[in-house]
Amino acid sequence: MRKNNILLDINKLSVSIGDKPILRDLSLQVAAGEVHAIMGPNGSGKSTLAQVLAGRAGYEVSGEVRYLGEDILDFSPEERAWRGLFLAFQYPVEIPGVNNVYLLKAALNAQRKYRGEAPLDAFEFLTVIKEKMKLMRIDESFLNRSVNAGFSGGEKKRNEILQMVVLEPRLAVLDETDSGLDIDALKVVASGVNTMRDPERAIVLITHYQRLLDYIKPDKVHVLADGRIARSGGPELALELEEKGYDWLRDEAASA
Amino acid sequence: MSKQNQEIEDFVGGQYKHGFVTDIQSDTIPPGLDESVVRLISKKKKEPQFMLDWRLQAYAHWQTMPTPAWAHVHYPPIDFQEISYFSAPKSADDAPRSLDEVDPKLLETYEKLGIPLHERARLAGVAVDAVFDSVSVATTFKAKLAEAGVIFCPFSEAVQEHPALLEQYLGSVVPYADNFYACLNSAVFSDGSFVFIPKGVRCPMELSTYFRINEAKTGQFERTLIIAEEGSHVSYLEGCTAPMRDENQLHAAVVELIALDDAQIKYATVQNWYPGDAEGRGGIFNFVTKRGDCRGNNSRISWTQVETGSAITWKYPSCILRGDNSIGEFYSVAVTNNFQQADTGTKMIHIGKNTRSTIISKGISAGRASTAYRGLVKVLPGATGARNFTQCDSLLMGDRCAAHTFPYMEVKEPDAQIEHEATTSKIGEDELFYCRQRGIEEEDAVNMIVNGFCKEVFKELPMEFAVEAQNLLAVSLEGAVG
Repeated sequence: MRKNNILLDINKLSVSIGDKPILRDLSLQVAAGEVHAIMGPNGSGKSTLAQVLAGRAGYEVSGEVRYLGEDILDFSPEERAWRGLFLAFQYPVEIPGVNNVYLLKAALNAQRKYRGEAPLDAFEFLTVIKEKMKLMRIDESFLNRSVNAGFSGGEKKRNEILQMVVLEPRLAVLDETDSGLDIDALKVVASGVNTMRDPERAIVLITHYQRLLDYIKPDKVHVLADGRIARSGGPELALELEEKGYDWLRDEAASA
Repeated sequence: MSKQNQEIEDFVGGQYKHGFVTDIQSDTIPPGLDESVVRLISKKKKEPQFMLDWRLQAYAHWQTMPTPAWAHVHYPPIDFQEISYFSAPKSADDAPRSLDEVDPKLLETYEKLGIPLHERARLAGVAVDAVFDSVSVATTFKAKLAEAGVIFCPFSEAVQEHPALLEQYLGSVVPYADNFYACLNSAVFSDGSFVFIPKGVRCPMELSTYFRINEAKTGQFERTLIIAEEGSHVSYLEGCTAPMRDENQLHAAVVELIALDDAQIKYATVQNWYPGDAEGRGGIFNFVTKRGDCRGNNSRISWTQVETGSAITWKYPSCILRGDNSIGEFYSVAVTNNFQQADTGTKMIHIGKNTRSTIISKGISAGRASTAYRGLVKVLPGATGARNFTQCDSLLMGDRCAAHTFPYMEVKEPDAQIEHEATTSKIGEDELFYCRQRGIEEEDAVNMIVNGFCKEVFKELPMEFAVEAQNLLAVSLEGAVG
């Protein structure tokens, strides 16, 4: 790994809500071109990590998160988004009355504006999105529906990945995108993610199960337990977890 | 309060843009109300005897009525002797015959408000009647409308030119004894708009009235009367603004709509009276009675309102579904911020057979404001086959505002189908964070979410006003984001 290719550099990140610590002194480096999987039992702090990276308010945060060379902890969520940081939500929200296409076009044009690019007009945008929808096997009726309103769990997750492939982020964090998906939807989501693999881009997959990693092969696997990275390794670590469960790690962390 | 809520509150603390005062010479009668004031107004209007008699009956009855206290709004008692009941720009003593005779300062005022009074209004395809304080100052496109047989004129002119129509229809939907404020209006109303669409005519353009309160310590009491004869169609829009003042001002209007067989009336309101300042000082008390009578078979009356202004709003645009197969609709967006209060909704009275009504109400509360939906669906004996669908949604911004829903139903026919859906949601940190994570700035995200919430109502507005309503919403929600 070339040191100068580090996209995301988390250094001694501690996060708490009120008196309750969630992440403790967590450090992690992700280089461009890599796919990392972060696994761990419920309550280990996986989703908190995703939310803090994206700039969610309401947490007490210390330590450092450097992304593309800047400490981003004081940046607003939109300032992070403009720099190409994307979060696929575990629970995508419904926004009644706001058209899917409208939201996505506004998002893309906000990011283009930051990059000094001209906004896409409705026609140009439709051309872009229709192609990506085919890839994600999303029906055209989707264009006229409100953001996630009345979507099934699987549709919501596919919509998150569609947004990702349209916005083309530098760093994509996928928070349990695989949960609640049947095997066909899982394959569609995985192929969407795989098309995004690129030497310039990094992907962080947060997942509870090994299953997703059958379709998206990670470069590194980390296990989060009690707010720390308890172990890091290659893809084989995921298989080991599948076999043994998380309890042995938790015991290890407790005795450490 | 979390930082996020603070941001939302800062953000909604936008500035009222119509708060200027026009320095113009007016003929304003001294404050106070007694029988002589009623007689004076009638005399200034050169009204026929039946109008004066009607006013005097209303005034006599009003004195016997207690002020209503059932609405979910709070305000100090109004001293009706402190209000001036008539104010007119001086030049209007002899009502202007054309736009050229209108005081240029007045025209400037309407210019500032963005109201197209001149012929260039043709581009907008909208005929405008403008009511300034107590009198109507100009009506555009009268000639073109006359060709189609449509009458669109100031109320006081209708009194002179079409007394028979007035005698037949005035007070036939909202009788003077209907309620306290309608009764007061009947006694002292000074002007307003009159619309008559003859049989079979589809009104060739949108009709529109703008109301403006300018003078201090005056009340505005206007009446609108719209008659749509058999098979006719009309779409009508009213807009309202007022200067910023520390004291409250009273606006008590009455609107009566009459739809005969197969007639359709669409009535839209964009109400942006001065709402008071951030501490709750000043603002308009908007106590209005609006009612439509679907008198003929297959008639249809539709109310659409966007209520963003006023310190207190108290109004229930209603439909009496008298004709068989008649249809009543009510689409409402009510936005309250700071210390504003709104108690608004509708009444749908099903009398004819196979009548249908739809109610879509969207309430948005921010700051320390309170919005209440109050609605009555009544199905009388004999109104077989009645159907109603009601949907009331409330959106809360921040954690110090309130939303209330008071639905009433009285159903006397067993085969009636009544549906009621209600939701309350907070413009949540979740939705905002989601949009911001995609790169959309907070202010834009709030606008997007609020507009989405109101979409079902905005789509009922005439096209050019839907844009205006969206802009208005953006203005009332405008402000610095932290």
